Amino acid sequence: MSNTTLKVNGSTHMVDVDPSTPLLYILRNDLGLQGPRFGCGLGQCGLCTVIVNGQAIRSCITPVSAVKSEITTLEGLASQGKLHPLQQAWIDEQVPQCGFCQNGQIMTAKALLDKNPSPTDAQIREAMNRTLCRCMTYYRVQAAIKRAAKAIADARPAAEKEVVA
Amino acid sequence: MSNFTNIPKHVEEVLDKWQTPRRSFLKSAGLFVVSFGAAGTSPLVTAANAQTAAAPPQAAGPYPDIDFRQLDSWIVVHQDNTATFYVGKTDCGQGTGTSFRQLMSDEMDIAFEKTTCIMGTTDITVDQGGSGGSTAMERDAWPMRRAAAEARRVLLDMGSARLGAPVAQLTVSDGVITVKGDPSKRVTYGELIGGKRFNVTLTGADINATTGIAKVKPVQELKYTGKSPQRYDIPAKVDGSLKWAVDVRLPGMVHARNIKPPFAGAKLIGIDESSVRSMPGFIKVVSKGNYVAVVCEREEQAINAARRLKTNWEKPATPPFPASEDLFKYMRSATPTSAASPIVVGNPDTAFAGAAKLLEADYEIPFQGHTAISPAHAMADPSNGLMTIYSNDMKSYGMRRGVATFLGMPKEKVRVVWMEGPQGFGRTAAEDAGCEAAYLAKELGRPVRVQWMRSEETAWDTKAPAFAVKMRGGLDAEGRLVAYDYNARAADGNHVGYNEPDTVLIAQFMGMRRTSPAKGSASTPSEMYAIPHRRMTAEVVSLPMIWETPVRTGNLRDPNGPQSTFASESFIDELAAAAKADPYEFRMKLLTADTKDDADFRRARSIAVLKAVAQTYGWDSRPSPKPRGTGEILTGRGIAYAFRGATVIAEIAEVEVNRRTGHVWAKRLVCAHDCGLVVNPQSLTHTIECAMLHSLSRAIHEEVQFDTEKVLSVDWETHPTLTHADVPASIEVVLVNGDPNPNRPDLRPYGGGEASCKPMLAAIGNAIHDATGVRLRRVPFRNARVLAALNAARV
Repeated sequence: MSNTTLKVNGSTHMVDVDPSTPLLYILRNDLGLQGPRFGCGLGQCGLCTVIVNGQAIRSCITPVSAVKSEITTLEGLASQGKLHPLQQAWIDEQVPQCGFCQNGQIMTAKALLDKNPSPTDAQIREAMNRTLCRCMTYYRVQAAIKRAAKAIADARPAAEKEVVA
Repeated sequence: MSNFTNIPKHVEEVLDKWQTPRRSFLKSAGLFVVSFGAAGTSPLVTAANAQTAAAPPQAAGPYPDIDFRQLDSWIVVHQDNTATFYVGKTDCGQGTGTSFRQLMSDEMDIAFEKTTCIMGTTDITVDQGGSGGSTAMERDAWPMRRAAAEARRVLLDMGSARLGAPVAQLTVSDGVITVKGDPSKRVTYGELIGGKRFNVTLTGADINATTGIAKVKPVQELKYTGKSPQRYDIPAKVDGSLKWAVDVRLPGMVHARNIKPPFAGAKLIGIDESSVRSMPGFIKVVSKGNYVAVVCEREEQAINAARRLKTNWEKPATPPFPASEDLFKYMRSATPTSAASPIVVGNPDTAFAGAAKLLEADYEIPFQGHTAISPAHAMADPSNGLMTIYSNDMKSYGMRRGVATFLGMPKEKVRVVWMEGPQGFGRTAAEDAGCEAAYLAKELGRPVRVQWMRSEETAWDTKAPAFAVKMRGGLDAEGRLVAYDYNARAADGNHVGYNEPDTVLIAQFMGMRRTSPAKGSASTPSEMYAIPHRRMTAEVVSLPMIWETPVRTGNLRDPNGPQSTFASESFIDELAAAAKADPYEFRMKLLTADTKDDADFRRARSIAVLKAVAQTYGWDSRPSPKPRGTGEILTGRGIAYAFRGATVIAEIAEVEVNRRTGHVWAKRLVCAHDCGLVVNPQSLTHTIECAMLHSLSRAIHEEVQFDTEKVLSVDWETHPTLTHADVPASIEVVLVNGDPNPNRPDLRPYGGGEASCKPMLAAIGNAIHDATGVRLRRVPFRNARVLAALNAARV
């Protein structure tokens, strides 16, 4: 066991754990977060996804000692009481069935849109491909990503849009 | 905070808000039906619950059944004119909770936005069995509707007394009663009864028959039903605030992981506890018979200890099952362990003898698993000699009974707090973790959380039975189908039921054996084709080993439907091709060859969905296969149709087949779906889309593979599933009302959760045939299998 400092969703936490412990169990069991969940423990399904340094990473196979930067979880996406456009798009499209995998879907989509604000259908499929859903909400997930991309673009100030254009 | 902790957030909120802890409310209402059992005075009747003194002192425990014949068990009206509905169902993600609120709000004449719905927790909601069989709207919404209608009637009576006007002079909208012509005379439901009890007794022989005096409204007067308010459960699922069953944390809790036998049917010879005793957080190895679990303080410690624990096992004397590659040979040669009575129409043998053209084909569907996105899990709390299980079991009431029997506890001391979890589809009713957590909690005397690992879940979950189907058909000289023979064999011996304390896996490992294992079943096709001579037989074979085996069968969404329909609807296409007929028209002729219909008008409605799906797709008449293309990508279309109960569906798939790789992409899917009265079109449409994709995954990816000792497909690499890359470019769903009297005021809702799973395997196979001219009679259509078939046919 050793003391590890973690910055998660803007707050700093000190935990006393074995440094090889996968980040997932610390986020869930020590910090009480509910967004990232266990699905496979093998990095194959995406349920445990969190964002570190702009990358969607699989916290079930990431030792806590390997994480040096701030972690964003599903709980950290909303800001100032306002849902992230992806979360809002998820509600508008009524995406989930059971909803259990949706943390992985939303967080992977977040990392995608942060890098590529207007992905093509093919880029969405490619970026999301290893993020699994056994209720098969994929069709609605893809629609929600496109809706969110549009909402983010629409909300951007006009000057910034020109620069992008 | 309420007296309740660690129950779903929305439950907790509603109880807090109204400061009427539900169970106290029910107790003070005298609503508990108390069983007189062997046990003595309940230890939990505390001074704080003094009103429970009304309960007889012999009460076996603090969690008796909720009395469905009391209106208060279903509906509570609050002072601010809002209402909470308590229903005995669980929502596995199809939005049934929202639909129940729509129907009940309509019958009660209260604003939908002013209602909430509490589901599936055994000590605060009536026992409607949880979910299963697509019965939510079809069966279980009826007692809810009648209870809500009765609440409206009682409130109008109360309003009449309060306002001094006869009921006939009253009108009610959004929970506000007014005197017709004098809107200043008004009273709200909340003012009449807020926070108080109805004390109205309902009647009915069983919960499904529950009714008051009031009648439900005609369809035309339902305001919310037929509209699509957003699902209330979704916001908390996308902002991370929902507390799921996996999230329950209790003081003093510990974590457990199972150690499964490395070979099916293995006998535990020894455990070397010293291999883990010094590991951090280690608490205990628990073992009985062939069941082994390790318990640690922290979750990752339990995972590590379960991996490290040294155990010795002895293989069974004979192999438990054939290897999956030899499965169908085994199934065809095995002696059936049970068979349904054959269904015979006309004289099939004579008709076959006189047929101008005979066709015969064998279809094969392997075992396919649930492979839930998250493995089985549960938390059990043994405090105070009671047992509370926090679980996503879709049949929480059955789990309560199962756990009580398994542990030998009176069921009045056991409750299941239902919380949301990964999917349902039958796996979370043939649930294993609940009994394991409860057993371990009792052994440890501490709350225990159990979660299976991925390989454990994928290997050991319940499977849909494998099917081997022999089809024969005879056409006359004009290409009409005159003789038909369907013979299905399902590997379904010892089919696992729901929450059975003697078939749950831990019970099997502990040596429990049922004297007569469940027989299982192999279903016959569900269509309305008028075929003059037909025979349908359904037989079950068993694998050599039926206990303590990972190749075990249970119900998977639309049990047996995709398997039998793959064979029957592929073969109808084969017959159409042999008759050089358009496959849509061939089916339509079979549907219209008879005019006799049944009580649910399934013939008329089958014709309607078939027409609707063809029209939406833009179907042009021609036989299959189409002239083969010359490029790398071959495209084709396939149609299939079926019913499930009274719900009828027709689907068309358009596929691209890559002749170089064998890859199949379903580019476009169209479904026409008639399940009678539609409560929430958007929820239904999304459920249909997902069910179609679930079956698409079974069509192109899913297969349980095993050698003669163990399951080999154990994770998402070895047991692939549908992914984002497989998703069609377009999915269209048409909701059809094909009732001959579509505006009937008593139009009923039928099941919507499973029917659209049924035709998809055949639709894809038919589309591949249309594109390539090659008939694939075994799923899944993985690249290698498709490519081999294309190469064999020199495509």
